[in-house]
Amino acid sequence: MLEIRNLHAAVGDKPILRGIDLAVPDGEIHAIMGPNGSGKSTLSYVLSGREDFAVTDGSVMFDGADLLAMEPEARAQAGVFLAFQAPVELPGVGNANFLRTALNAVRRARGEDELDAAQFLKLARAEAKRLQMPDDMLKRNVNVGFSGGEKKRNEVLQMTILKPKLAILDETDSGLDIDALKIVGDGVNALRSSKFSALVITHHQRLLDHIKPDVVHVLVAGRIVRSGDASLARLLEAQGYAQVIAEAA
Amino acid sequence: MALPSIVAGRSQASALPFVRRYQGIEAGLPGERAARAQAAAILERDGLPGLHDEAWKYTSLRHLGETAFHAALTQAGDDVPATALPELGTLADLPRLVFVQGRLREDLSIRSDLLSISSFHQHPHFGSLAQPARDRMVALNTMLAEDGASIDVSAGMDAGTIVLISIGAELHGTPIAFHPRHSIVLGEGAKLAIVEIAVGKGAYLHNPVTEVCIGENASLTHVKLQNESSGAFHMSTLYADIAARGSYDSFTLTAGSRLARTEIHARLSGKDAHAAINAAQLLRGHQHADFTTVVSHDMPHGASRQTVKNVLADHARGVFQGKIEVARAAQKTDGYQMNQALLLSEHAEIDCKPQLEIYADDVKCSHGATVGALDAEQFFYLLSRGIPKPEARALLVQAFLAESLDMVANEDARALLDGVLQRWWNEK
Repeated sequence: MLEIRNLHAAVGDKPILRGIDLAVPDGEIHAIMGPNGSGKSTLSYVLSGREDFAVTDGSVMFDGADLLAMEPEARAQAGVFLAFQAPVELPGVGNANFLRTALNAVRRARGEDELDAAQFLKLARAEAKRLQMPDDMLKRNVNVGFSGGEKKRNEVLQMTILKPKLAILDETDSGLDIDALKIVGDGVNALRSSKFSALVITHHQRLLDHIKPDVVHVLVAGRIVRSGDASLARLLEAQGYAQVIAEAA
Repeated sequence: MALPSIVAGRSQASALPFVRRYQGIEAGLPGERAARAQAAAILERDGLPGLHDEAWKYTSLRHLGETAFHAALTQAGDDVPATALPELGTLADLPRLVFVQGRLREDLSIRSDLLSISSFHQHPHFGSLAQPARDRMVALNTMLAEDGASIDVSAGMDAGTIVLISIGAELHGTPIAFHPRHSIVLGEGAKLAIVEIAVGKGAYLHNPVTEVCIGENASLTHVKLQNESSGAFHMSTLYADIAARGSYDSFTLTAGSRLARTEIHARLSGKDAHAAINAAQLLRGHQHADFTTVVSHDMPHGASRQTVKNVLADHARGVFQGKIEVARAAQKTDGYQMNQALLLSEHAEIDCKPQLEIYADDVKCSHGATVGALDAEQFFYLLSRGIPKPEARALLVQAFLAESLDMVANEDARALLDGVLQRWWNEK
């Protein structure tokens, strides 16, 4: 699904990613943990194609294609989805209109028929209900006046509607209470299949109680210093990064 | 007789071709000859407005001055062209007045029993609001006006909606100029909605002057779509006088013409009067559109609202000049003015000149202006969901305009404007 080799990226002159090697096979969920400033969000932005970051070395293959050569919208159409750490507000853009425009763009690119307004609303209402979102969140402007938790849930709604092959969840758990955490976890788990993979970026073990990772990676100063199974997350939670990093060194 | 070659220190375009035409057809023009002669004298002396006129600092009429126009009505004579109406959507069944090359076409119009309509051609009368001595494009109109709509709504009557359509065209491949003179009078407590649509083909000058009198407790809603041909000059001036508790609520969408000036003078002459003068300009290529307003608060407790949004692509240039005058007597005036521009190209330009002239001491007046490009974060967010760049741009521009379009309460008019917006993007 995703194969990252020796990935280096910088903002201006400042290197942030310093040689990441990471392979996420089909159907697997990998967690990335690491202290603040270790490059977790940068990795998510580089994978989704944000221009502010310059890739200085390395390669990323997605389903056999050169991901870094693709425009951001083409990556999304190919099946990459980034759940933003800080979802963007779009005043004047209705949430339903936004979601339908995105879904139809993705469907067009995949050679599928577009959905009309009625078909789309039926789908969106069903998904929103599963995420226990009030109906009016579809009518409101995208993320405007949403609480932190509502914004994150709206990200998950977009994900479940767009049905990506690879989801990158950038601290989707931050700002969520325990109930919302479970709902978000259920949303991701509902997509789990042999054709769905995810990179779950998080600071906390809690989300991983709901979304069971196959592999946990520890990212420090732009490199993966340690990888292990789900127990590594519990170890980090118990001992803190310093200890685990020291052991890895 | 030697013609003056260059008049030193003047950047004005000459109005002489227009004055000569007037002199040639003067005898055949309807009504009030003294007003026309005065206007001609002003134009002969001062020419068309130029960049040295403070009010025309950002808008040059050089190209207009260089264009040789046929006079519209006199040249058009009895040659009545077959004319297709613009797309009207849900407005198609409503009463309407259709002007082709400035002349009222009864065959294309639909009368209404709720209001009294006559044409300027039949009843030529200049109102008292227009100021040809100060506003020279209005002098040009006064000198050459031949037709127009005179609409009267009697006291207490809710006259519904009327559509006012202007269709411009060339004549045998030559630009024409037409100067409609409209008058709209609402009696006490009367109500009317006007949807004005200006379209056309080829090169022409459409120079309408509209005088609006709104009686006490009366309210006029005015939605204007300026979607003239890309070769057209659109120079419109509207004067509104609003009596006590009366309301003038207008929205202008400018998408057409190569050069446009939309000038609105609203005078709140009674207590508790209300004026909303909102606009959006969507410009591309080398289009230039100037939206100029003067809102005069004469009496206490008046309120005025102006939100003007410019979306500028390519080499387009937008201008907003907004003046709010508050007389000494106009205590408790509440004035608000906002100008926002979205620049879609580094070659686009916006010029904004707000002016507050306040002589009362207990008033609330504010103005603001913002200029910016598309928000990079918002743009990336849309792309990251698979939305192609042109669609993402369109969504953000529509979002930028949504706030001002939402002020158009008339659903038929709103649908018309939305359609224009959509097509604007599809053609881009």
